Amino acid sequence: MAEVSGVKRITDIGPHDYNDFLHPVIKKNYGKWKYHEILSPSHMVHVSEDGDKIYTVRVGSPRLVSSSFIKDLCDLADKYSGGYLRFTTRNNVEFLLDKEENIKPLLDDVGKLNLPAGGIGNVVANIVHTQGWVHCHTAASDASGVVKSLMDELYEYYVNAQLPTKVRIAFACCLNMCGAVHCSDIAVLGIHRRPPRLIPDRIVNLCEIPSTIASCPTNVIRPDTYNGKPSVKLIEEGCVFCGNCFTVCPGMPIADPLNDGVSIWVGGKVSNARSKPAFSKLAVPFLENDPPRWPKVVEAVKTILDAYKKGAHNGERVGEWIERIGWPKFFKVTGFEFTKYHIDDFRLGEATLNYSAQIRQ
Amino acid sequence: MSKKHKTPLLDELKKGKWPSFVNEIERAAEKSEMTDDLLGQVEQSYEEKVVHWKHGGMVGVKGYGSGIVGRFSDLPEKYPGIKEFHTVRINQPSGFFYTSDVLRSIVDIGEKHASSLFNFHGSTGDVQLLGAKTAELETIFQEYTKLGFDLGGSGSALRTPSCCVGKARCEFANYDAMHACNSITQAFQDEMHRPIFNYKFKFKFSACGNDCTASIARADLSVIGTWKDSIRIDQEAVKDYAKKFDLHKYVTDKCPTKCMSYNAEEGLKIDDSNCSKCMHCINTMPKALRPGTKGGATILIGSKAPMVSGPRLSMVLVPFYDIEEDAKNDYEWFKDLISKIWEFWDEYGVNRERIGELIQRVGIGNFIESIGLEPLPEMVASPRGNPFVLYEEYVEAGGEQG
Ligand code: HEM
Ligand code: HEM
Ligand code: HEM
Ligand code: SF4
Ligand code: SF4
Ligand code: SF4
Ligand code: SF4
Repeated sequence: MAEVSGVKRITDIGPHDYNDFLHPVIKKNYGKWKYHEILSPSHMVHVSEDGDKIYTVRVGSPRLVSSSFIKDLCDLADKYSGGYLRFTTRNNVEFLLDKEENIKPLLDDVGKLNLPAGGIGNVVANIVHTQGWVHCHTAASDASGVVKSLMDELYEYYVNAQLPTKVRIAFACCLNMCGAVHCSDIAVLGIHRRPPRLIPDRIVNLCEIPSTIASCPTNVIRPDTYNGKPSVKLIEEGCVFCGNCFTVCPGMPIADPLNDGVSIWVGGKVSNARSKPAFSKLAVPFLENDPPRWPKVVEAVKTILDAYKKGAHNGERVGEWIERIGWPKFFKVTGFEFTKYHIDDFRLGEATLNYSAQIRQ
Repeated sequence: MSKKHKTPLLDELKKGKWPSFVNEIERAAEKSEMTDDLLGQVEQSYEEKVVHWKHGGMVGVKGYGSGIVGRFSDLPEKYPGIKEFHTVRINQPSGFFYTSDVLRSIVDIGEKHASSLFNFHGSTGDVQLLGAKTAELETIFQEYTKLGFDLGGSGSALRTPSCCVGKARCEFANYDAMHACNSITQAFQDEMHRPIFNYKFKFKFSACGNDCTASIARADLSVIGTWKDSIRIDQEAVKDYAKKFDLHKYVTDKCPTKCMSYNAEEGLKIDDSNCSKCMHCINTMPKALRPGTKGGATILIGSKAPMVSGPRLSMVLVPFYDIEEDAKNDYEWFKDLISKIWEFWDEYGVNRERIGELIQRVGIGNFIESIGLEPLPEMVASPRGNPFVLYEEYVEAGGEQG
């Protein structure tokens, strides 16, 4: 271990042992849970083989939070759950209680902090999202702002269970899809639509030319020279606006206020229940960025949710509902236009064509 | 505390019922003055509809090649507070469990030395402290390690593994995902902290097919719980459910392999040899059904987001892995498999090629042969329909091989 200013540095200790943070009831019943029951969209109980119970109260968070927000949660945990809490993969907070009588006062205090309690069962789950304009350099749209606008509108769907089954929405602000949005019931994805601009002075000085050329999925970045130095040129027609080149080479900025925006994808899932995991499919190819509240995006998502709520059988995920009624009907009931862009013409895309005469006529 | 910047557009996002990230940035600015400039810059992005972060400059702490993601404003004169505003990735404890005491200490470090602004959690799993200045990084690092927390992965390295809540609070768990995740993370600290890979590599551990970590969509190696024996049935509880809803419509008819039947006299019957462990019936009747007791995992490989050659889901590599048995040997078999995969990737992969893309390029058959696995029908949805087969040998008259 290296010494820095006389202090012995601790390195490579890895993650803190989770056993130090487990509620005693969880420690005692680790691996011995028998069943759970959803008591409301904001709380559930897990019962162990010994009959022990742990209550979970779930609360939504915006993911981007201040230290003060975390300290508010800590105060609630101290008051009601013996200081024990956890987070979910979808950025919810869960308080773990062994006393049923603490649920109500906890929920009251959560309400006083203006935090939403919910997210369990047949709800719109908290939207997983990425950094956007708040903290990333390739963003084609903001993440937090779109998500906040959506969740304000879908609030009732988070706190009350009123959908055929759970709907998972995700947002990513560029094709990197940090949140792996490509397998969500509804995915909102930031997209660029104009090829990167080449800034030759930056390219020759800042970029490694072979990696820049290799970064392009459609091979439209080709070698060139600029003032006698190795550089690149671009065949604009083949660009799919992925922004990968900008990540590798700061001389090829792709963000463009007039052409950046979002697309909407539907019907993906990751769970293996019933049907296999599936990618989300394109529903709306482009909506312009419309800050601060992105009303057209909110409207499109609501259109999908309303049609789904009306048309789906109980227990059917968005993708299963669409498979049952067929894609033509999906476009009919949502009113979205079906365009050339909906037909996959990228590598392996032929797999998405209909090779049968099975058509719901 | 007076705000330096006017933010009429962002103020719109303080309205509405869902908790507002704008309020959160403002609250962080009350603790850390630098964060005030973030409000200014994000407001400007909202006006101009364009991002104002620069692609520029590698940063880190001594001895580590990852864990810090450099972030610089492209308007440093206008927003000096966020001229440097780096992300510090702090490896989360398995299952995202905390006590209030330790959480307070975690955020105190961010208040004292950085922006007071966090992601709980980043999509990979880490706690992310957003907004540290280069000069503070070493101090922040030392404070976190003193608290018993280390940095996560970034860049072309092993990324911070993550897992579902598993046996800690889920009766569906078929193996101890939190233990596996923690042990594997500990075993590969070097690969996580010192990037030497072609590109990133991610592990995710979900203890059943519901896959709460979405491992099948976003992990190079997805470890998903399953079981070998029979679904455990409580017939009395099944009857209770039958009183509440139409068991045929919502359970047996939806079984993808049609291996279940139900009638009031005989109760629920399952042909377990034909059950694909999809979890549907168990999800629908958690009080009546439980996975079997011989738990293990399916290992799948290769999923990724679209960069560079299009999105992929993970595909089956090992249909049943007795992970609970291997746990007794500190996951020796699994670590050996990982080493073989990484060796193959190191030898044949090119820069920025994820393992899934490499497998696509060289062919899954060649890949499994190289890492010493047998081809199995579980790996495919069906055998090929395309007759362009690369037969590797032929015989000539006289029995010689060509
Ligand atoms: C001017 C300097 C540069 C800065 C500040 C910079 C910054 C960054 C940042 C912050 C990331 C995200 C890391 C992460 O995902 O955790 C990144 C990713 C990446 N950068 Fe750069 N970069 C620079 C130059 C370059 C150059 C010159 C190349 C290649 C020749 C390059 C190749 C990459 C690659 C391949 C990734 C993806 C790594 C990954 O996500 O696993 N960068 N860069
Ligand atoms: C060319 C490829 C990629 C580049 C250049 C890239 C770059 C970046 C950068 C710069 C950040 C930092 C954002 C911040 O905290 O300021 C980031 C975060 C992240 N990236 Fe990527 N990324 C790439 C691909 C991916 C892919 C394919 C995935 C997942 C499948 C991914 C997952 C993540 C996650 C989980 C984060 C954490 C940020 C969050 O939670 O919002 N990245 N990436
Ligand atoms: C290299 C690829 C292939 C070549 C060169 C080839 C060639 C042929 C030829 C010459 C015929 C006879 C046509 C006739 O005499 O009327 C034929 C018939 C047929 N081929 Fe192929 N074929 C190929 C691939 C396939 C594949 C991949 C399939 C199916 C998966 C297939 C299915 C059939 C069928 C079903 C017939 C019979 C049609 C009928 O008489 O009803 N072929 N093929
Ligand atoms: S999705 Fe794209 S823009 Fe958004 S945080 Fe990830 S890399 Fe950055
Ligand atoms: S944006 Fe993507 S497709 Fe277009 S040139 Fe760059 S790397 Fe190639
Ligand atoms: S993946 Fe399965 S075992 Fe893990 S938390 Fe989700 S439902 Fe439970
Ligand atoms: S787990 Fe899935 S495949 Fe197995 S019996 Fe239940 S519904 Fe059928």
